[in-house]
Amino acid sequence: MSANTLSLTLQIWRQEGPNTTGAFETHNVSGIPDDASFLEMLDVLNENLIEAGKIPIEFPHDCREGICGTCGVMINGRAHGQEKGTAVCQLHMRKFNDGDTIAIEPWRATAFPVIKDLVVDRSALDHIVASGGFVSAPTGTAADANDTPIPKEVADSAMDAAACIGCGACVAACPNSAGQLFTSAKLWHLNSLPQGQPERFRRTEAMVDTMESFFGSCTNHGECSEACPKEISLDFIAYMNRDYVKSKVFNRKLASQK
Amino acid sequence: MATPTISTRPSSPTPRPKKKELPYPLNIYQTAVGKKWVMAVTGIGLLGFVFAHMLGNLKIFIGEVEEDGVLVQDIDVYAEFLREIGEPLFPHGSVLWLMRLGLIAMFALHIHAAYTLNKLNNSSNVRYQQKTDWLASNFASRTMRYTGPIMLAYIIWHLADLTWGFTDALYSNDGAAGPATGEWHHGDVYANLHGSLGNPISAIIYIVANMALALHIFHGAWSMFQSLGINNPRYNAARRYFAAGFAGLIFVGNVSIVIATMADWV
Ligand code: HEM
Ligand code: FES
Repeated sequence: MSANTLSLTLQIWRQEGPNTTGAFETHNVSGIPDDASFLEMLDVLNENLIEAGKIPIEFPHDCREGICGTCGVMINGRAHGQEKGTAVCQLHMRKFNDGDTIAIEPWRATAFPVIKDLVVDRSALDHIVASGGFVSAPTGTAADANDTPIPKEVADSAMDAAACIGCGACVAACPNSAGQLFTSAKLWHLNSLPQGQPERFRRTEAMVDTMESFFGSCTNHGECSEACPKEISLDFIAYMNRDYVKSKVFNRKLASQK
Repeated sequence: MATPTISTRPSSPTPRPKKKELPYPLNIYQTAVGKKWVMAVTGIGLLGFVFAHMLGNLKIFIGEVEEDGVLVQDIDVYAEFLREIGEPLFPHGSVLWLMRLGLIAMFALHIHAAYTLNKLNNSSNVRYQQKTDWLASNFASRTMRYTGPIMLAYIIWHLADLTWGFTDALYSNDGAAGPATGEWHHGDVYANLHGSLGNPISAIIYIVANMALALHIFHGAWSMFQSLGINNPRYNAARRYFAAGFAGLIFVGNVSIVIATMADWV
């Protein structure tokens, strides 16, 4: 097992609630095994705080296996920390050095108000999905697999988009706090497939309009894709832009035709 | 489509109020994605203008040509040609004015979209209290909101300097071809240019403005493909080369005119 342990200085954002101002608080932790995950390191800190009779730090987490999208904080200037394509829960302490100082801050955007400490309210993302991220077709019993032929490339592309776990790192990393990468991924995983066609244009308009009521506008920096734990591609943003303007112009009586 | 309801906590973000929808096609411009589309389309128009403008001005390298038995500067002939486009069907200078109106409209839309989107972005963003790293953006993409206004200020100077001749008190007759200070003449493109660039301050303004233009194009001519949804893995890499090449071409072409004029090579 791990032989190395780390001693660290943590500068952690503490904030009582959405309407109070927060500040960094410095904490020292030692004896952190280097095969602990970043969140386990925070667990150790919280246990120390509880034993000392202090209030533990609230941080977002759930599955801890990189699939739920609950975790997410800014670590030393990078969303989800320095490891590319990795959510905080999958970031391990062996990526840090003994004696490091680590700054930890919540996601920041007007649409992501801080609930407490490192936890922010990401319900704006839920509102985007609720406005069109579904297929409303009566499904009956399960259809046979491969009933609807889908080219392999299309299925792969839809799957790449569906890999989005909705953590909000794209918004957090964007200098404009734009929600383009998230929204375009949610759109593309339905808009690229045959089952998504009937509602394609209505969906695109509804989700983009909801996105714009909360978030900023894309200037094509590409920071989102770089921060994304699932490495969602910027290509989807282009597809979304194309579909959105098309949805405004297109004669929808022709919607069943290519 | 039935919309499921989501329970909201007191901290929930409030959506921006929706503006009254204008009739089609103006409603496209009311949205951020639509504005970005307009920015890209007007950006393409402006790229076309910048390219044609450079090509025309490179005529300064042709030097003197014979017209009706007299030697004249080819660039002065070209300046007169611009006013003659469309003749005799259209009156003298009218087509040039139509093109100018189109150009002004493109600038106005481009700048209005940039301004309003920038405002939206500022209201959406909250700054981090720690230094954040840039991983994918570049100097050009981060300075679009500065290179744009720098160019706007430059364009006004450029028109005052060579189109209207307001600044001819700054002209210098150092160069062999330079007219006397204060001697701007309508249509004397070659002489006016030498007069203006005889003053090193003016030359520096031209070179700095072209740096801003090259940076703006380096990001803009890539970004516009994404904004328009022009994306295909088969040629996506070429979009970056196109933008870099276009920016480089415009910079080298324009600055070569400034340097050659200053050095009296032309
Ligand atoms: C000859 C002059 C100009 C050319 C050739 C040009 C070209 C472009 C192009 C191609 C884009 C990309 C559009 C897109 O991403 O969809 C762009 C974006 C932009 N332009 Fe210009 N433009 C010019 C002048 C200006 C001026 C005068 C301003 C402001 C006063 C300006 C401000 C901006 C801004 C802020 C952006 C957005 C950058 C971003 O989204 O990252 N531009 N321009
Ligand atoms: S806790 Fe589920 S993705 Fe990190």
